[in-house]
Amino acid sequence: MRVDDSLVIERRAVISGAGQSDIGRRLYRDPLELTLDACLVAIADAGLTTADIDGVATYPGPMDVPPGFSGAGVVDVQDALRLELGWWSGGIESPGQLGSVINACLAVAAGLATHVLCFRSVWEGSAQGDKGRAGVMGGGGGGYRASGFMEWTMPFAAPSAAIWIAMMAERHFHEYGTTREQMAQIALNARKNAGVNPNAIYRDPMTMEDYLNVRMISSPLCLYDCDVPCDGATAVIVSHADTVADLRKPGIQVEAVGTALRGRPSWDQFDDLTTMANRDAGAQLWTRTDLKPSDVQLAEMYDGFSFITMTWLEAMGFCGKGESGPFIEGGERIARDGVLPLNTHGGQLSAGRLHGYGFLHEACVQLWGEAGERQVPGDPEVGVAAAGGGPLAGALLLTRRR
Amino acid sequence: MPEAATEPGLPFRILPRLTDRNRHFWTGGEAGELRFLRCQSCGYYIHPPTPVCPRCHSKELAPEAVSGRATLFTYTVNHQNWMPGPELPYIVAIVAIPEQDDLRLTTNLVEMSPEECVIGMPLEVTFEHHEDVWIPLFRPAQ
Ligand SMILES: [Zn+2]
Repeated sequence: MRVDDSLVIERRAVISGAGQSDIGRRLYRDPLELTLDACLVAIADAGLTTADIDGVATYPGPMDVPPGFSGAGVVDVQDALRLELGWWSGGIESPGQLGSVINACLAVAAGLATHVLCFRSVWEGSAQGDKGRAGVMGGGGGGYRASGFMEWTMPFAAPSAAIWIAMMAERHFHEYGTTREQMAQIALNARKNAGVNPNAIYRDPMTMEDYLNVRMISSPLCLYDCDVPCDGATAVIVSHADTVADLRKPGIQVEAVGTALRGRPSWDQFDDLTTMANRDAGAQLWTRTDLKPSDVQLAEMYDGFSFITMTWLEAMGFCGKGESGPFIEGGERIARDGVLPLNTHGGQLSAGRLHGYGFLHEACVQLWGEAGERQVPGDPEVGVAAAGGGPLAGALLLTRRR
Repeated sequence: MPEAATEPGLPFRILPRLTDRNRHFWTGGEAGELRFLRCQSCGYYIHPPTPVCPRCHSKELAPEAVSGRATLFTYTVNHQNWMPGPELPYIVAIVAIPEQDDLRLTTNLVEMSPEECVIGMPLEVTFEHHEDVWIPLFRPAQ
């Protein structure tokens, strides 16, 4: 059922600026410095100063474990930039990483703030050092015992989302006949796009043969199905739509958002393991707009693992349930000149695991027409940014204001 | 209950922290039983265990043994060395417990090779004893 437009208050928000810090596999820089770099770029991009910022939102807030997962919290940034805030929020319990941006949209609509600085920073590359992901997995002795969700996975040597997502992918393969050659297109497409993104981490060409021959991580996920831990920060400014005259460039309209979580909040108890919470968030988004999936001209959707993007394609209605394999087969539809350009910056698979915010940044850059060599042709006006896997999912439908 | 050390030859495993809420699950294997918390009012099995029945909100809950049978719902063959653990590659699976439609368990499949995995195949529980914990694993049904 269509939600009445008077209730779709996220539409009172625009994205007015976006910025990123240096991004690298391992930068060994102060994570707060990276965070502030991104924030200051985004503020300037909007044509604002720190004196204009009266709100801050972030995901996941300060966290020591796992190392590198968070570079700064709200209060770190507030103090470093001496911000005076009418509203602020940080935390990991939200509809995915972009839940923080959606919170900001609601805050400006409610009049609690006018320009909200939203950021996400990571330093997982440096934190893992040369030990790879095993370097931050914890456990391994000392009498450590697992609790919470990990109680149900750690005793079975299943500490990684790679394993949990792999089991969902295997079930999708089983129910719908999906193949590795189809799933490969998410990784190959990302790499092709990364090749024309100067800030991407892995830019060398990748072939289907490379994909099929690389080592398996957790079947059916191979190394190239897993995103690349990195260091870097991303920031966007969410402003009230009434301020567009004060802004340096046209705001990007938040047309509608999706935040729902109707299944069990779990990687193994969710009712349908061939999809994820994005099923609910995606369906909800389309109840809040007259636009349709066929109106979307580019999609920047989470690829922590390549299979997650396939579930987003289905969740957002870009293809039917179970049909993401045939939809991406051959890669033409999702290429930059295809019907639905996907992860045009290279995604987390090749551009780096900026953890959710990279997709929103790329959607904005594309809608502003600032993407340079990787710019989607045809002057796109409607895009989707979506992030999260498993029980986490949040999506934004964005349009360029004329 | 006296604590017994992990038997020689078993893989390293990170063990769960035992609490009053979960102890029935992790120690049922001592009696050879796979136990889930069950609502005594409406009969619903609750996993992971919670203090209130999600279906009828009753607090009259008690551990009960199920048959120990299961079917393979999905799986992965893990090749990555995340941490000390079973010999690579090992199988992580989600199994469906037949006593209730939405009762599932993440576990490992043992006494079989990765090539033998077929979604839907019948399985049965077996336990691996470490210290004060009996970890429920599954193998092909006899
Ligand atoms: Zn009950």
